[in-house]
Amino acid sequence: MIPDLTSLAPLAVTLPFLAAALTFVLRRHARAQRIISITTLSAVLALEALMLAWVWNHGASAVLLGGWAPPWGIAMVVDEFSALMLVVSSVVSLIVLIYATSQGTTDGDADGPVSVFFPAYLILVAGVSNAFLAGDLFNLYVGFEILLTASYVLLTLGGSPERIRAGTTYVVVSVLSSLLFLIAIAMIYGATGTVNLADLALKLGELPQGTQTVLHLMLLTAFGIKAAVFPLSFWLPDSYPTAPAPVTAVFAGLLTKVGVYAMVRTETLLFPANDLDNLLMWVALLTMIVGILGAVAQSDIKRMLSFTLTSHIGFMVFGLALNSQLGLSATIFYVAHHIVVQTSLFLVVGLIERRAGSSNLDSLGSLAKLAPVLAVLYFIPAMNLAGIPPFSGFLGKLGLLEAGVADGGWLAWVLVAASMVTSLLTLLAVARVWNRAFWRRAEDAEQADPMLLAAANEGVTVRTYEAVADFPESRYSDKGDVKVLPPVMVWCTGALVAVGLALTVFAGPLFSFSDRAAQNLRERTPYIEAVLGEHHEVAPERGGEAK
Amino acid sequence: MTVNFTLLVVMAVLFAAGIYQLTERSLTRVLLGIVLIGNGANLLLLATAGRPGKPPIVTNGVAAEDYSDPLPQALILTAIVITFAVTAFMLGIIYRSWWLSRQDLVQDDTEDRRVAENLAYDAEEDAELPQETSEFATADEVANDDDGGLGVDPECATPAQAAAKRAAGRRAVDAHASALAQALRARINDHGDPEAEESPGIAKNHTEGGRK
Repeated sequence: MIPDLTSLAPLAVTLPFLAAALTFVLRRHARAQRIISITTLSAVLALEALMLAWVWNHGASAVLLGGWAPPWGIAMVVDEFSALMLVVSSVVSLIVLIYATSQGTTDGDADGPVSVFFPAYLILVAGVSNAFLAGDLFNLYVGFEILLTASYVLLTLGGSPERIRAGTTYVVVSVLSSLLFLIAIAMIYGATGTVNLADLALKLGELPQGTQTVLHLMLLTAFGIKAAVFPLSFWLPDSYPTAPAPVTAVFAGLLTKVGVYAMVRTETLLFPANDLDNLLMWVALLTMIVGILGAVAQSDIKRMLSFTLTSHIGFMVFGLALNSQLGLSATIFYVAHHIVVQTSLFLVVGLIERRAGSSNLDSLGSLAKLAPVLAVLYFIPAMNLAGIPPFSGFLGKLGLLEAGVADGGWLAWVLVAASMVTSLLTLLAVARVWNRAFWRRAEDAEQADPMLLAAANEGVTVRTYEAVADFPESRYSDKGDVKVLPPVMVWCTGALVAVGLALTVFAGPLFSFSDRAAQNLRERTPYIEAVLGEHHEVAPERGGEAK
Repeated sequence: MTVNFTLLVVMAVLFAAGIYQLTERSLTRVLLGIVLIGNGANLLLLATAGRPGKPPIVTNGVAAEDYSDPLPQALILTAIVITFAVTAFMLGIIYRSWWLSRQDLVQDDTEDRRVAENLAYDAEEDAELPQETSEFATADEVANDDDGGLGVDPECATPAQAAAKRAAGRRAVDAHASALAQALRARINDHGDPEAEESPGIAKNHTEGGRK
C-alpha cells in the first residue's frame, strides 16, 4: 500500500516560504540565494509531479491541516485540475527562475535591489501553489493576497518612474479586486455559515435564487479582474510590459491563470446550477475581440503580447461558458498550453531586447540574419499561439471549436466564428513582429538601435556590450563585457519552447487527463467526498447562521 | 441572524466615502478610499458573527443562538494584517511617485497616448506598392522622382514637402551611420576587419529611393 502522496501538498506552500525566509536572510550572498531558490523549486516540482501521478491513479484527495475535521479546519485539496495546474506552473516558474538568475549573474548586479528578487519570487510561487490547493474560500483569498503582494514588489523592482506608474495602476486595481472578493466572502459566510468550498457546494444551492446570483456575480467580478477578462482587463497591458522580462513572463503565464482557475471552481463547484453562461459567453466574445484588436495596434512586442494574453483568456472563458464536458476539458488543456506558450514568448522578447537593444518594432530588423537561434525560438511559440497545426494551440482551439459546434446555440456559433477571427488576427500580430523584427533589414527600421545597426551594417559580431559601449547613445557604456545573449538564458527559453512542443507531442495523454479532470469537476462528488468524507450530509449547524 | 443597526450605518458610510475617494485622481485619496473600504469589509465580516456577548464555546446540545461565532474575528484579523501590509506598500509607492514626478496624481501611460495618436495610415504598410516599370532607374529618374515611389504622404501637402521630409530623414540616418562607422572603425582597426573599410551601407541603400 503506497502512502497517500497528497499529504505532501502543504510542502508545496511551506517549502517556498522557508526558502524565501532563508534567501531574505542571505541577501548579501547572491550565490547561496540562487542555489537555495533553484533547489527548492526543483524539490517542489518533484513532489508536485508525484502528487499528479498519485491523483491520476487514485483520484482526488484532501489534507486536513492541523487535524481539524472539515468544515471547520482548513483543507488543502488535490484533484486532477489543481494537480495539473501545480505541475505546469512549477515547470514554468522553475525555468523562469533559472533564466532570471542567469540574467542577474551576467549583468553582475546581484547586489542591487535585485537581492529582493529571490524572496519575492519564492513567495509568489508559494501564493500560486496556495491558491491552487486552497480548499476553502478564505484560504483562496489568502493565496491571492500572498501572490499579489509578492507581485507588487516584483513589478516595481528598481522603482523607475515607468515601473512606479505601472505599479500604481496594478496595485490599486488588484487591491480593489481583493476587497471585492473579501466582501463576497463575508456575504457568503453570512448566508451559509461556512467558507469551506466542499461544504459551500452543498449549501449554496439551497439559497434563494436572487441571493445566489448576487454572490455568484460578486465572485465572478473579483476573479474576472484577476483573470483580466473584458471589461476588467484594462489594467493588464498597462502594467505588465514595464517589468523586467522574467517577471513579465511569469506574471503572464501564471497570475491570470490563477484567476481563470478560480472562475472554473466557481462555475463548476460552487454555482453549477446558477446559470450565468450567456453572460460569460458575451464576456468571452468581447475579451477575445477587444484584446486582439488592441494587440494589432501595438508597436512594442511586450505590449502586443500583453494584449494577446488578455485576448486568449477569452478562449478559456468560452470553454467554461459552454458548460459541457467537451468545453471544460478543452479549457483545461488550453490553460496548460497557454501558460507555457505565453511565458516562452515573453522570455524570447527578453532575449530580443538584449540582442537588439529594444523591444519596439520601430527599432528592430535583420534579426533573422543576426540571431537565427532567436528567430527559431520566437517562431515556434508564435505559431503555437496563433494555433497553426500541428501545435498544441491548434489542438486546444480545435477542442474549443468542437465544443462550440456541439453546443449548437447561436451564441456558441458566434463565438466559434469569433475564435477563428481572433486566431487569424493573432497570426497577423505575431507575423507582423516576424516581418518587422526578423525579416526586414535593420536599416529600414524607423529608429534602428545603434547596437543593431552596428551588427547589421558593419559586420561586427556583437557578443558582449563592450562592442557598443562608446556609441553616441551610450546606453551600454556601463555594461562593459557583459554577454548580450548568455547561453543559460537561451537554453532556458529553448527548454520552455521544448515543453510547449512536448505538450503537442503528448496532447493525447494530456487531453485524456483533462477529460477526466473535467468530468470530475462537473460531477463534483469526488471533490466533496475527498474533503467531507462519504457521509457529508451531517454538516452540523454553526453559531450565527442566517438560515 | 440579527445585525447591529449602528454597525450597518457605519459600514454604509465607510463604503460610500471610500468609493467616493477612489474616484479621485489623487493617489493619497485613492489610498484613503481603499483603507475605508477595507474597514467597511471588516465590519461586514464582523456582522456575520451574529449577536455579541456570548461565549464562543460549543458543547454538545447548545443551540446555534446560544454561542458566539469566533471565526469571523479570525478572518477579520487576517484581513486587517493584509490591508495593513498593502497600505504600507502603497504609501511607499505614492512617496516614490511623488519623489519622481512631484505630483500626487495617477500618471498616464505615455505609450498608450502614443498608440492612440498614431495615424491609422502607416507609410510602410498601407502605401500602394511602388510601381517599378524598369529594372534600373536612370540617374535622371532618381533625381526627378519627387515621391520616391512612396505614394502620397498624408502629412505633407506638396511633393516638394514630402521630398524635403525624406531628405531630412535620410540626412539624419546618414549622419547617424557615419558616427557609428567612426566609432566602430576605431575599435575594429585593432582586429583588422576588412568590411569596416567600406563606406557605410546605409547611405547607399537609401539613395536607391526605397523608403524614407
